[in-house]
Amino acid sequence: MNIFKLSYSYLKKSPLNTGLNILLLALGIATITSLLLFNNQFRNNLIQNAEGIDVVVGAKGSPIQLILSSIYHIDSPTGNISLEETHGVLMNPMVAEVIPLALGDSFEGYRIVGTERSYLTLYSAEINEGNFWEYSKEVVAGAKVAEKLQLSVGDSIISSHGIEEEGASHEDSPLIIVGILEESGSVLDQLLLTSVETVWDVHDHSDPDEDHEEEEHEEEDHHDEEHHDEEHHDHDEGHSEQRTKVSTEPMGFMTDDNLDKELTSLLITYRSPIAGAMFPRFINDQTDMQAAAPGFEITRLLSLLGIGFDVLRIFGIILILASILGVFIALYNAMKERKYDLAIMRTLGGSRVTLMAQILLEGVLLVLSGSILGILFAHFGIAFLSGSYQQAEQFNIDPWVFLPEEFLILGGAVLLGIFSALVPSIIAYRTSISTTLSK
Amino acid sequence: MHFFNLRHRYTRSKFTISYPDYTLNEKEHLLIVGGSGSGKTTLLHILSGLLKPTAGEVVINGTSMYELSEAGLDQFRRNHIGIVFQRVHLISALTVTENLALAQYLAKQPGNSGIINTLLSELGIEGKAKSYPNELSFGESQRVGIARAVINKPKILFADEPTSNLDDKNSEKVLMLLQQQAEKNEASLIIATHDERVKRHYDNVLDLDQEMIAEGEER
Repeated sequence: MNIFKLSYSYLKKSPLNTGLNILLLALGIATITSLLLFNNQFRNNLIQNAEGIDVVVGAKGSPIQLILSSIYHIDSPTGNISLEETHGVLMNPMVAEVIPLALGDSFEGYRIVGTERSYLTLYSAEINEGNFWEYSKEVVAGAKVAEKLQLSVGDSIISSHGIEEEGASHEDSPLIIVGILEESGSVLDQLLLTSVETVWDVHDHSDPDEDHEEEEHEEEDHHDEEHHDEEHHDHDEGHSEQRTKVSTEPMGFMTDDNLDKELTSLLITYRSPIAGAMFPRFINDQTDMQAAAPGFEITRLLSLLGIGFDVLRIFGIILILASILGVFIALYNAMKERKYDLAIMRTLGGSRVTLMAQILLEGVLLVLSGSILGILFAHFGIAFLSGSYQQAEQFNIDPWVFLPEEFLILGGAVLLGIFSALVPSIIAYRTSISTTLSK
Repeated sequence: MHFFNLRHRYTRSKFTISYPDYTLNEKEHLLIVGGSGSGKTTLLHILSGLLKPTAGEVVINGTSMYELSEAGLDQFRRNHIGIVFQRVHLISALTVTENLALAQYLAKQPGNSGIINTLLSELGIEGKAKSYPNELSFGESQRVGIARAVINKPKILFADEPTSNLDDKNSEKVLMLLQQQAEKNEASLIIATHDERVKRHYDNVLDLDQEMIAEGEER
């Protein structure tokens, strides 16, 4: 027997009261902790995924939408830009590097991105299995996509039109997985990457009433897209479809024949930071496109979300305070019932300090178990949410990251536990043996 | 043990009671009798170190109890005194065994389940070891109360009205148990009671009704 066991026995004796207090506190702590975890990782992921991108150029529209769709792949693209328009961007002396993106298709809810090798370099992603694409209609899958959909090299997939839900499928243009990326912790994990030419090939025969660049299926043997291409009829599959080699040069697809084709956006790195002031103005004023700076838009987005976060945080704090009050009231009431217990324990030789320590310990145990439960709730909750929402997956939120702030929460909870048990423990300290026993 | 010049003034009623001086030798038993309101329980509390008297001294084994510090008195009680209360009041959150283990712990004795089990079977309640206090009959819980009072082998065992709620047969039994335990521990047994049935067992009787010098109300 010791005061730990004694405290535990007292808590166990009124399971409903104890349970309610623990649960209430756990909910409050869970709210605060999950906000902390989410906010922290969300912010980090926003920043990490935008690293190395100075500005995004795309069709006019909402700049946040452009950033969300082109960098994080979570919103619809703003529209398309023609190669002819982008030509001016490429030639601009302020621009150091350009990564083209052609969006619009998906497979099983995962986005297919037409781009170039430089997109992988941006996130230092490596091929884990298979090879990089050489021909049109070859696809490299992100690590998480491959894992979730159990894709392996050599599989062929039928992409569908549109990026959100199932659209019309491009039955006639199966794509082949030629490589699988290593997990990079970036947005690439959730994407299927291919050449810009693939996206064009799949959407050959443009459909003018489509607002995005993606058009209805039908791939025919169009020879206009590539020039240095050769036809391959020796493909192993029975489809005997034509395979065209794709360009390996940066923006190599940009030929006079292709000037009527379209891209979704360009991820751009400046030659010098000074361009940050001039380049967007140039794009926004002189062209039909818009330029959006990720840094600025992320800050804007976070400040918009910040209001929601604040409301939740206040809610969590109120829950915590209410439960601490609950712990206090429970202990305080218990003191009335337990005065006699305390007096008896004094007659058995228990000192005032021992009894005071026991009450304090009871408060600490209650609050500590509530806090630990709350932190577990938060991690399991995030694990559950990030597993059930694809939007959350996109941010690579890892539910099993433990932040140092969580230990702060634990420490703070212990302090609150001591605080809530302080008055009851002083009552215990002051209890007069004889008066109590003679009642 | 002896006590002298004991006076106690009740803070509520401002009533002062004076007690006769008395000396009790080692291993001797004493019966304190008197009607209700005669101050038996108060005297018992004073003698057992629970209540500091307004004046006077209680000396046990050469130690004047109320000259000890608070912590010193706690320690003295742990080592020398066991009390069986009129209302037993076991800790309801703990089982019988745990209640006794708590008594060992609070008296800073090493936890010893052997002692607990022996004591429970001596008192005939070994079957109730794992029961909670609300599952015990009055007689059973009183026996647990006796076990709790003697578990740390006190030099003086106090009992406050141990027979008041019992019929003749059971009150005999309880007195027997108390006496057995006191003798086993070579302890003095001091019983406060208004129960005439108890009187015939004891030679040393302190009758507060006769001896008490009530001083009336003082302002």
